[in-house]
Amino acid sequence: MNKFFIVLFQTYLNRLKSKAFIITTVMTLLLIFLITNISTIINTFDSSESDRVGVIDTGTFYSSLEKQINMMDAEIVLEKFDGTEEEAEKAIEQGELDSYLILEENEAEEPSGVYKAETVAEQVTPQVLETALQQMKNTVAAEKAGVTQEQLNQIDQPVQFEKVALEKGAKTEDELNQARVFVYVLLFVIYFSVIFYGNMVAVEVATEKSSRVMEILISSVSPVKQMFGKILGIALLGLTQYAIIIASGYLFMQMQEDSLSETGFLSFLDFSNISASLIVYAIVFFMLGYLLYATILAMVGSLVSRAEEVQQMIMPVQLLIIIAFFIAMFGLSTPSATFVTISSYIPFFSPVVMFLRVGMLSIPFWEVALSLTLLVGAIVLFGIMGAKVYRGGVLMYGKSSSLKDIGKALKLSKREQ
Amino acid sequence: MLEFQHVSKQFGAFTAVEELNLSIPENEIFGLLGGNGAGKTTTFRMLLRLIDQTKGTISWKGERISYDSSHLIGYLPEERGLYPKMKVKEQLIYLGKLRGMKKSEVEKEITSWLERFKVPEYLDKKVEELSKGNQQKIQFIASVIHKPELLILDEPFSGLDPVNVEVLKEAVLDLKKAGTTILFSSHRMEHVEELCEHLCILHKGKAVVSGNLKEIKRSYGKKNIRIDADFDLSFLKNVEGVLRLKQGVNHSVVQIENEQASQTILEELARKGFVRKFELEEPSLNDIFIEKVGAAYE
Repeated sequence: MNKFFIVLFQTYLNRLKSKAFIITTVMTLLLIFLITNISTIINTFDSSESDRVGVIDTGTFYSSLEKQINMMDAEIVLEKFDGTEEEAEKAIEQGELDSYLILEENEAEEPSGVYKAETVAEQVTPQVLETALQQMKNTVAAEKAGVTQEQLNQIDQPVQFEKVALEKGAKTEDELNQARVFVYVLLFVIYFSVIFYGNMVAVEVATEKSSRVMEILISSVSPVKQMFGKILGIALLGLTQYAIIIASGYLFMQMQEDSLSETGFLSFLDFSNISASLIVYAIVFFMLGYLLYATILAMVGSLVSRAEEVQQMIMPVQLLIIIAFFIAMFGLSTPSATFVTISSYIPFFSPVVMFLRVGMLSIPFWEVALSLTLLVGAIVLFGIMGAKVYRGGVLMYGKSSSLKDIGKALKLSKREQ
Repeated sequence: MLEFQHVSKQFGAFTAVEELNLSIPENEIFGLLGGNGAGKTTTFRMLLRLIDQTKGTISWKGERISYDSSHLIGYLPEERGLYPKMKVKEQLIYLGKLRGMKKSEVEKEITSWLERFKVPEYLDKKVEELSKGNQQKIQFIASVIHKPELLILDEPFSGLDPVNVEVLKEAVLDLKKAGTTILFSSHRMEHVEELCEHLCILHKGKAVVSGNLKEIKRSYGKKNIRIDADFDLSFLKNVEGVLRLKQGVNHSVVQIENEQASQTILEELARKGFVRKFELEEPSLNDIFIEKVGAAYE
């Protein structure tokens, strides 16, 4: 078997069997399970928790309030309370009521209320009551002014407003909303993956170097094969993890299909309008972004003498991806801003920023092609440089490590023949 | 034949190895001696092509060593280390595969080597659980498991207890018998005297002595006399032909210019009193090393 694949599978299988991988995967699956089942879980805990509100009615509004509340389908049980406020307070103390409402009629013959509970930190119940009272007040006021219920409904009707993009191929609003969510989710995925798996590459290299097994390795496998074997081994690991997560996420969603599909909690994850090309772009930018950063991080990792120094060395590299992430976050609301356009061509930022532009705008293909070419060019450049630095770097053991060592490593690995 | 021709290595202004010329016959154990920073590790690294020499050529059987021939080469680096969290077996399988072996071949070899070193129970242990000396044994196995033609051992005996040094020496001699060419470095002269026919002493990147061990000793000229007598020997310092006097508790060693001087000393001693022991011996490599390297220091 080619040595490149030996390194690749060794890296992959070794990590796959590691506790860290198993734990992060299980934790993520648990999280996904919780999210997809969150409404069920909330319902389970909330079922018996209807608020009991005692109503001291000094006017004649109780029945219409009850009607209104029933219409709103809120988890509130109204109870007409025939007693004084002191008695109501006692009822709360004894746990018969959760709160009470003094319902009054003001000079204008409209309803008004005072809501009293042990604390007013709970927001839902008073809000529902307020809305109900508002509705009732509107009806009373309208009747007084001689407006019929029908007319009132008509006034309440929201205006029809539609946005239509004139540019040919521009995204429709539906598409755009879905694209925005899709891009948003993907930005996080790319950002997180590059940091997480990129770190893994750097740590992997640094561990081999600090454990001094490196010299045996580079005497049997060329640094280039070794470095890219590692980078792609970790990439395979990442893909495996995502495959597990996506597959089980899909499975959980299927199980919840009936309750979630249309109006449910996860309806925002409906990507039916996402074009296939955007998904392809997502994968392409994701892989290239990973390759670029993993190459740089492997290079940096090879300069470290002790595994503890990795974090400090990869900080500047991580900063780049963090900047890219912030540009993209900003670009979500203003995708056509000039600096978003410019940074979509800079290889360090393009994996996220160009993907954002592709997702949110309809940009000509040559722009994407140009950005991709620059990105691939940067990967090749850093690949060549990384392999050289790696070759020299793994033989260097210094007291402290810094990015200045790149120069020293390059000198050490210089081909002189 | 392993050949170094006019090999030099420059790190910026610093010269690590200068004009090194060596020819090492096949199926022999060759010793590379030198103090710290003499250029031994740099020489090995150039040979393995981990770094490139500034000048000169290095060839094994007429060809430059490259990654294509890595299955023919075994290397035990001076920087000791294995994957601490990996089991001995997995580790050796991985390293063996990288040297072009099949998994089943490695497994067979591992068992026989671990038994030879009397540590078969380490097979499923993690490396970090082993003592340093035992880790070194595992690393030695890693460097020879693929039966290399050319074996390079950088300070193979450092950090081992005397028992393990013997075990390892035996293994090295057996490998030689099996046809392996072995190049090893050390700063322990007795190991080199015991194992090598040919050697080279490096000092500050230059070969100060090079060639056949016996010839080196013969041409060195100077001899040692081991004397055990009942009286004070310090008067010998003034005898002609005596270079150095090292007085010990049980016996003293006198270094002399040539064999003739020994007879003068014998006469002088006989006149003084009772001599229990008088022995003329070859110079030790240690003497040669100290003189050559010491001279270069001056």
